[in-house]
Amino acid sequence: MAGTNTGYGMDLLRFATAGSVDDGKSTLIGRLLLDSKAIFEDQLEAVEATSEAKGYDYTDLALLTDGLRSEREQGITIDVAYRYFATPNRKFIIADTPGHVQYTRNMVTGASTADLGLVLVDARQGLTEQSRRHAVILSLLRVPHLVLAVNKMDLVGFDQTVYEKIYAEFTQFATKLNVPDLEVIPISALQGDNVVTRSENMPWYSGPTLMHHLEHVHVASDRDLIDARFPVQYVIRPKSDEFHDYRGYAGQVAGGILKPGDEVVVLPSGMTSKIAKIDLFDQEITEAFPPMSVTVHLEDDVDVSRGDMIARVKNAPSPSQDIDAMICWMTTTPLQPRQKLAIKHTTRTGRALVKDIQYRLDVNTLHRDQATNELGVNEIGRVTLRTTVPLLCDPYSKNRTTGSFVLIDEATGVTVGAGMING
Amino acid sequence: MTQTHSDYRLSQLDQLEAESIHIFREVAAEFEKPVLMFSGGKDSIVMLRLAEKAFYPAKIPFSILQVDTGLDFPEVMETRDRWVARLGVNLVVASIDDAIKNGIIPDAAKISRNRLQIPTLLNAIEEHGFTAAFGGGRRDEEKARAKERVYSHRDEFGQWDPKNQRPELWSLYNGRLHEGEHMRIFPISNWTELDVWDYIGREDIEIPSIYYSHQRRVFERDGMLMSETPLNPLRDGEVVEERTVRFRTCGDITLTGCVESTASTIAEIIDEVAVARKTERGATRGDDRFSEAAMEDRKKEGYF
Ligand SMILES: Nc1nc2c(ncn2[C@@H]2O[C@H](COP(=O)(O)OP(=O)(O)OP(=O)(O)O)[C@@H](O)[C@H]2O)c(=O)[nH]1
Ligand SMILES: [Mg+2]
Repeated sequence: MAGTNTGYGMDLLRFATAGSVDDGKSTLIGRLLLDSKAIFEDQLEAVEATSEAKGYDYTDLALLTDGLRSEREQGITIDVAYRYFATPNRKFIIADTPGHVQYTRNMVTGASTADLGLVLVDARQGLTEQSRRHAVILSLLRVPHLVLAVNKMDLVGFDQTVYEKIYAEFTQFATKLNVPDLEVIPISALQGDNVVTRSENMPWYSGPTLMHHLEHVHVASDRDLIDARFPVQYVIRPKSDEFHDYRGYAGQVAGGILKPGDEVVVLPSGMTSKIAKIDLFDQEITEAFPPMSVTVHLEDDVDVSRGDMIARVKNAPSPSQDIDAMICWMTTTPLQPRQKLAIKHTTRTGRALVKDIQYRLDVNTLHRDQATNELGVNEIGRVTLRTTVPLLCDPYSKNRTTGSFVLIDEATGVTVGAGMING
Repeated sequence: MTQTHSDYRLSQLDQLEAESIHIFREVAAEFEKPVLMFSGGKDSIVMLRLAEKAFYPAKIPFSILQVDTGLDFPEVMETRDRWVARLGVNLVVASIDDAIKNGIIPDAAKISRNRLQIPTLLNAIEEHGFTAAFGGGRRDEEKARAKERVYSHRDEFGQWDPKNQRPELWSLYNGRLHEGEHMRIFPISNWTELDVWDYIGREDIEIPSIYYSHQRRVFERDGMLMSETPLNPLRDGEVVEERTVRFRTCGDITLTGCVESTASTIAEIIDEVAVARKTERGATRGDDRFSEAAMEDRKKEGYF
């Protein structure tokens, strides 16, 4: 790819698109890739040929990301497409998500790992229920940075008042959400205005282009480096002569900084020990922090297995079997009290019983409907669960890894719910 | 001691490595019988390296599986054998020729070996009872791959249903299976071609020599430079000449083209990849050129 650099020093920004169907998400990603020279000749030629064959007046850039046959046939996005590009200092992982309400679960999939959410709005239509739903989901998922792209400005004559009206409407709505960082950019995804190059059609706009913002948004402080959390994934026991007594706990650091000598507690047993050393492949390292995958050794021969968590003695989550969480429900059979599901939280798996559905969130008004007794597909609500195993969890607002879980239907094996723990 | 991180930031390559290692460990912990599908190409070598790191100093706790098309580059087989010997892993070879001999798949001389890989692979997965198969597919390779989950569910026929994939949230992977189903696992989903080269350079690991510039007797077919080999008879008008080339992917010798190149070090390859105007598959893979949905169709049937 032209315009790219090698990856040693680069940092990483993951972002996800969001917004109603046809607001131009896929077109925008196509434009971003094209203008940052991340599209190869053979890819562009294929898309030009398809657009021509379909009798379009212009090249449909959405075809660059709508990679499934049914998506191309229907002209909509069904599932997330992951695309990649890089500028000299940053690599971007883009999740282009579907706007159609039926595929909200796929939008949640794409947004769950994002550092930044890019909500598109069609300038002609303003905010729709779906743009609000997606903004609510991004805020619940604690995606720390939000961009509202007012798209199709070409269709409203690049009119500043249209932009300002949507800007005002959205900021009004966003005050009720958790949106720590918001940027509102008027664009035309189709023509490229304010995407990579500054628009000459909108001299009244003095803010950054989308690309400039993506390159410079500060993501360093989004991680928790205070509360050490190490979910044990796998116990490494070589059973070889050379490494006869080797016993290491492998996992990915979920929070804080781990160092040899740290006094630690193993949960849920509560046994304490000290970190003897930390391995990264064949090297011993002096500290481990998120999201490193390392192997931790303890000084004492305590019982540790997959699903346990290593934390600091004076700063550990308290194991709990009563979970209060926001749930995005993702299947057509509604979530109801007394339902039993499998639950996966960090490296722990157990079963969960739905004790109570406290309320359903109306994504338009943010009203809490307490009268409801179930959550339908694509609905969001606050739920109380009782789990068979204690979860070693933090509030999702403190830690996106130790605060999240998924619910799995035990009969079908399908992931049916995404949970974010309150606290 | 590795580099210090005064600001507690990991470079993107280190983040990708950490994510992939997490996936390997998750699968090893949750699946009864995983296997790593090894093609001998650079992506499967990067997978092997990541698996080595994930379980070190223990051996990789699963076998590796290779579908022997009978049309593989000899250089690739040599590299495979050295990796297998160094890591001490168990190698399972599923050969298309054997599958034909044993009547498992039809001897359809007209069907490309590329397509015969699918039933051979599915048969091997079933025969050995593998419940999870790691593949080196990357989402940047192709637009259908760009849609696929890290844990990609396959039904009892080995098929992928792209319109009905399981949600995949955070790094919480769902490995639930029913009898007869299996999971394809793509631990380097988020790596780009450039990341793979960066990593090979950084780790200083062996890849097949055909990736580096060399002299080769080639002929032109469908706009691609193909290797001269008795496995791929010349057609009318095709002429063989010696050129300085290298391969961007390693596939079936009769379908994988090479590019003219003098890049003989990783650094030179990276420079070349960075300015390439065509995708690695679009440029040199005959198997992906049949139609716009060629990859999606093969994936639905159970391709890698
Ligand atoms: N005039 C104009 N048309 C646009 C612009 N952006 C997108 N479009 C058109 O709007 C239509 C929908 O665009 P897509 O990019 O497919 O929309 P989407 O948001 O990805 O839709 P889903 O993924 O299905 O939710 C296409 O016909 C685009 O060409 C724009 O800035 N100006
Ligand atoms: Mg789209």
